[in-house]
Amino acid sequence: MKVIFQLIIKRIGLSIITLFIVSAVVFFIANLLPGDAAQEMLGQSATPEAVAALREAYGLNDPPLTRYAKWLTGLVTGDAGMSLANSRPVSELISSRLSKSLLLAGLTTVIAVPFAMLLGIVAAMYSGRRVDKIMNIATLSMVAVPEFLLATIFVLIFAVELNWLPSLSYIPADAGVYEYFRAFALPVATLCIVLSAQMARMTRAAVLEQLSQPYVEMALLKGSPLSRAVLRHALPNAVGPIVNAVALSLSYLLGGVVIVEVIFNYPGVASLMVDAVTNRDMPLLQACAMLFCTGYLILVLIADLSAILANPKLRTGG
Amino acid sequence: MKNNKQDAALRGGHLGSRRAILKSLGAAGLVTAASGLVLPAHVLAQLTDDKPEAQPRQGGRIRVATNSSSTRDTLDPAKASLSTDYVRMYMVYSGLTQFNRELGADLALAETIESDNQQDWHITLRSGVTFHDGKSLTPQDVVYSLMRHKDPDVTSRVAPIAAQFEEVVVTGERSLRIMLKAPNADLPVMLASSNFCVVADGTTDFSRTANGTGPYQLKEFSAGVRTIGVRNPNFWKPGKPYLDEIELVGIADESSRVNALLSGDIQMVLAVDPRSTKRVKRSGTCDVMQTESSLYTNLVMRQDAYPTNNPDFVMAIKYMTDRELIKRALFRGYATIANDHPVAPSHKYFHHELPQRPYDIDRAKFHLKKAGMNGLRVPIFASPVATGSVDMAALMQLSGIEAGVHLGINRVPADGYWSNHWMKHPLGFGNINPRVSLDELFSLFFKSDAPWNESGWQNQQFDQLLLAARGEGDDAKRKQMYWDMQELIHQHCGIGIPVFMNLIDGYDKRVKGIFPIPTGGLMGYSFAEHVWLDA
Repeated sequence: MKVIFQLIIKRIGLSIITLFIVSAVVFFIANLLPGDAAQEMLGQSATPEAVAALREAYGLNDPPLTRYAKWLTGLVTGDAGMSLANSRPVSELISSRLSKSLLLAGLTTVIAVPFAMLLGIVAAMYSGRRVDKIMNIATLSMVAVPEFLLATIFVLIFAVELNWLPSLSYIPADAGVYEYFRAFALPVATLCIVLSAQMARMTRAAVLEQLSQPYVEMALLKGSPLSRAVLRHALPNAVGPIVNAVALSLSYLLGGVVIVEVIFNYPGVASLMVDAVTNRDMPLLQACAMLFCTGYLILVLIADLSAILANPKLRTGG
Repeated sequence: MKNNKQDAALRGGHLGSRRAILKSLGAAGLVTAASGLVLPAHVLAQLTDDKPEAQPRQGGRIRVATNSSSTRDTLDPAKASLSTDYVRMYMVYSGLTQFNRELGADLALAETIESDNQQDWHITLRSGVTFHDGKSLTPQDVVYSLMRHKDPDVTSRVAPIAAQFEEVVVTGERSLRIMLKAPNADLPVMLASSNFCVVADGTTDFSRTANGTGPYQLKEFSAGVRTIGVRNPNFWKPGKPYLDEIELVGIADESSRVNALLSGDIQMVLAVDPRSTKRVKRSGTCDVMQTESSLYTNLVMRQDAYPTNNPDFVMAIKYMTDRELIKRALFRGYATIANDHPVAPSHKYFHHELPQRPYDIDRAKFHLKKAGMNGLRVPIFASPVATGSVDMAALMQLSGIEAGVHLGINRVPADGYWSNHWMKHPLGFGNINPRVSLDELFSLFFKSDAPWNESGWQNQQFDQLLLAARGEGDDAKRKQMYWDMQELIHQHCGIGIPVFMNLIDGYDKRVKGIFPIPTGGLMGYSFAEHVWLDA
């Protein structure tokens, strides 16, 4: 147990260093974008005087290092600054969207992960047989189809033609379970299909690799049924790569779902970040980038830890 | 059964002739409609007269989608800059005047606007108007609303226009006076723009609340997500507005927007692509409305750079423009042919005697030869943000090959186009939104010292005409001046305008009372007070 505790401490320390480096990279790359908030705010109608006045008001005339230092100290003390585009605290803007993103990600995870595991394990157990071949074709084609195409086809079929489900993901203020189901059905289905396909492929590969090991053969020779050999013997050893694949796929749910958010007009963090880029709203953009990075680091940490916990060899530090 | 029949009759009378409907109403022996609406004599009169449109009915809720919405959405009229903002402004606020379908200004909060010299304007306010919080409208509110645009800290979008106000002062209990720096006959039209909507005196915080005198009271506002307005029971136009609630959202993706309309999640959408119009019409439940606007995407030929500083090269490019093809292929006919000047044919000052410049490769060849530029290679900058410019550039490239000039298309991203590319290359594209008056349009884009003099065109005669027309009270003389200016732009300016794009809105057929107002889509963004729902 002590080993694990030390490991966690070490990983958290490393994560903080990573975040620090990321903050510098994000800040300076964001500042390489042509144009600034003042120009974007005034758009086509930017006169030099108006831009100058707005720059002064936003403090964009300070040297980059000063701005970086200011921003970083703010961030450390929990103040992500004010959004340049609508002069509200960045934390307020993000928190209202984050819960929505997490809800979408959570629902997708709850459905996609067990589904993908099941598909992957079944495919591995019957590898080379017809079930496996069908699943291979299905998952490979789903990995290849871009999600905007899938989402648009779903909307055309289920919303426009059949009129069963709404084409936009709106949740009314007094929504019941049924409204939630209707609002989330299409976006969650789209994301589940895209994600499950990837995760199922990884699961299948990981389990298959274990199944070719001598110890599984031994178990089978001792008379253990295939299902037991897979679930009791092979799966625990395959957990490491599977959890890693799952974590990578899930990290995508936080920032990478922008296309799904756009198509279903779902107000999540990803579209907030795109707004921030087009408006050159640097405080908001930087905060979003840091948030996604933190989420990613946490997921990877969880993945590593579960791989260790699942593996007795690593667990005891041997 | 009887009720159903009456219902159908009220919906527009597709059951048969109007006479038959009246008969069926008579046979039913009542004049009360199914929906609890009392059908008084004037409705019967309406049914018998030739208008198919039924009487507006109160109640209902619609959801409306525009094409742009972000965290930059605002409740501050001074900062309104995108379609969603304009719609939101007209939902919660009113101006002194408002646009009508002839592009003129009707009186709104102002009861009278008068001036003898187009410089010194006297305004009387309508009485009995109240803000959403119950406060009465006073001249001080108007003074504050107009003068705040001059405050640099407000960073108003219309600060350059507001710079014309010399002073605005209260002159009585219901009256005020606007003194301009120089005469401007277009003041009433200017004041109708959404940026000049009236806010309550002293308001500085627009982050969450909006206290206006408009048809809807703000119930919820979340930037980049949605705006909900509920009916203002004390609206100053009796009987209006009709709907109980309007929810306004932005859906950036055009196909998502149209899909949402067709699936019934949205009842009105702004900016339907010409390619989608067939789908919308085929649905049976929805239709499109065209608004002939003066929105255009134009070629910008800088007068201070080679080779566009050569008048013959400019002429060659103008003759190389296949306007018919652009209208047909790019906009599926949803466009109006333009004549290399920015005044649309629907405008009252449109110069209709100016000959239309044709598509003429021979003349283009002639001008290129005269300029000695045969076989020249010139880059042309286009971007998706200047609507249609990428396709226009491709068409220009093809006619260029025929005429003997090689245009190399540089397609640049939408992001940052206005600050980094627009007006910065010898040959590029601009995209100009409709402006409320010709004076504003010319002052912003064509005057020698204009902030966005796109081609860097210098013409003293034009500048003098522009100033003279601004103060001219006689309409015939004013018209002649605007004609002369159009001719100057058409002949000499480094701007090529192939077509004006028609604005296309999609709507659910149950939404009634809509008509085009040429300042923008969705009835010049002011649909909120006009539409009603035939449920």
